[in-house]
Amino acid sequence: MQIENAPILTIQHADPGSGNAHGGGQSVVASGVWQVHTLSRRGVLKGITRTLAALKHKDTLDWDLSGIERLDHIGAQMFWNAWGKKRPAHLSIDPRQEELFNRIEKASELKLAKHRASPLQWIISLGAGLLNFFEHFKGFVSLIGLVVQDLGRFIRSPRTGPWREISANIYHSGFQALGITAMVGFLIGVVLSYLSSQQLKMFGGDMYLVNILGMSVIRELGPLLAAILVAGRSGSSITAQLGVMRVTEELDAMLVMGVSHGYRLIMPKVVALAISMPLLVVWTDAMALIGGMVSAKIELGLSFRYFLQKLPDAVPVVNYSIGLLKGATFGILIALVSCHFGLRIKPNTESLGHGTTTSVVTAITVVIVADAVYAIIFSGVGF
Amino acid sequence: MPDLKRPPQRLNLRPDEEVGAPVVEIRKLWTQFGRTVIHQDLNLDIYDGEILTIVGGSGTGKTVLLRQMLGLERPSQGCVKVFGEDISAASPEQLQDMRNHWGMLFQQGALYSALTVFDNIAFPMRELRALPEDVIRDAVLLKMDMVGLGPEHANKMPSDLSGGMVKRAALARALALEPRLLFLDEPTAGLDPDLSDAFVALIQTLHRELKLTVVMVTHDLDTLFALSSRIAVLAEKHVLAVGPSCDVLRVDHPFIKHFFLGPRGQRALEVLEERQTRDDTESEN
Repeated sequence: MQIENAPILTIQHADPGSGNAHGGGQSVVASGVWQVHTLSRRGVLKGITRTLAALKHKDTLDWDLSGIERLDHIGAQMFWNAWGKKRPAHLSIDPRQEELFNRIEKASELKLAKHRASPLQWIISLGAGLLNFFEHFKGFVSLIGLVVQDLGRFIRSPRTGPWREISANIYHSGFQALGITAMVGFLIGVVLSYLSSQQLKMFGGDMYLVNILGMSVIRELGPLLAAILVAGRSGSSITAQLGVMRVTEELDAMLVMGVSHGYRLIMPKVVALAISMPLLVVWTDAMALIGGMVSAKIELGLSFRYFLQKLPDAVPVVNYSIGLLKGATFGILIALVSCHFGLRIKPNTESLGHGTTTSVVTAITVVIVADAVYAIIFSGVGF
Repeated sequence: MPDLKRPPQRLNLRPDEEVGAPVVEIRKLWTQFGRTVIHQDLNLDIYDGEILTIVGGSGTGKTVLLRQMLGLERPSQGCVKVFGEDISAASPEQLQDMRNHWGMLFQQGALYSALTVFDNIAFPMRELRALPEDVIRDAVLLKMDMVGLGPEHANKMPSDLSGGMVKRAALARALALEPRLLFLDEPTAGLDPDLSDAFVALIQTLHRELKLTVVMVTHDLDTLFALSSRIAVLAEKHVLAVGPSCDVLRVDHPFIKHFFLGPRGQRALEVLEERQTRDDTESEN
């Protein structure tokens, strides 16, 4: 590309002998290329804006733009704004530039609509927030109703059910999560065992490590860890998948063919997570206990055999059932929450990002709330 | 099997003016996706101030060619020169300079869905990090006025716009930095005939006022005949013929006969001829 001349403004003091009396003695001569790419070169615009600002509101100036090589709308707009949005009294321009200024003159009558904030804005946003909450609540309840209806349909005629979707979802949310849940479970087991053994050593209660570890992992940590990981992994992917299907009108295409979203998309995900979450809980429990065993062996010298023999006595088997029940509930909740937010995504990119974040945060919160509820319900069971 | 090595039939180039250096120069271009060859030894020149339309059946790589001119895709072999610079060998600064001199209207508009119409059009101007905000505001309103969008649409989100308005807003954004070269991908696809005619008229006006060079890909024969100063026909993996529409129509090749002189083509041609005779009689009066 060829090098283009920079835009230049020169202020000339008129020669008293030339008889050029009307300009008030000063004239501004512009030359060079006044186009957006030459103006936006480093350092060019600053000087020009400064000169133009100094010349603002001087009506007696003589403007000469006929020496400009090339002018575009943005260059012309710079002059127009410096003239206070009207043509100056003394202006000489090229006939080719006439059209540009005519257009700018026409467009300068356009006004941008002002956004006015109401003084009661805080009440409006409070009300909108409350309404939004109730709307979400209503939507969530009706989603549960929908899934129950679809389950009824599935049980009545299981042959025509969406088996393939269910199995694909179990594979994605269950099997593919084995690696991450194993790693996190193992590490948490190691850390928990290490910290507890430090404390227990002080009281000489080393052998109670099995009780502490077994109880906390099987009853609480296993289900919770698996649920948080699944909420982050599968929850976000479910929301994003439904959201993209909304953006690309795939959801509408399904409705048009008479295929219900609930039966083909939502119910299989709920069923799949209800199946794969308890399995993941078992897996995470096992990994965390193995981690704990390794750490106990190193730290306290407890043998693997002792640990495994002691475990059934330390942890009544009902705790195991509670863990599995929690797993299934968390799975169903995660699937429902992420489907709920996925279906609410509007067809634009910002809504997609926002919806996915909200979905994951809500899913994790709901899981922890449900965990607290279970802790209260089963407070007298399993000790 | 037609002879693939046959050079494109060069028809009379720009009859009215002398030929300057081409704005876009494509030389010996090959495009391959896996084993499928899309373009084979393709040559094409686009000159300053013309409206060149690329036509061809589906799958002949029209949009790919457009994306290669924009540097969004690299050809397997050969070179694409825009404003005299080889696009695959240009330095980042040169490339940025080129990008500030061209605008692209994507088929679906590709407006940023998180920004309002105003912010979409202001985006390329703000990205220069030099222009003061008051100049940007006026310039955006001017661009919106140019494409026929009133200021009442400025604060709308792209999802609230109709198809025609999305195209207009996208065109305003493509024109934001006053490009010399404008690429249009299916500019009238998805618009109803009235809107499509209005959009064609808009592009004609802007082409005249802003002295643009326009490269367009279209299937719509009405748009094609109404706008193009030259047509390049892509078939058999290269440019089969290039020249003004009347000359391209005379080329004896089954694809051209089928594409332009089928029933749809005939209709479009009739409309065009009617319009021309009307213009002629008007200019005589």
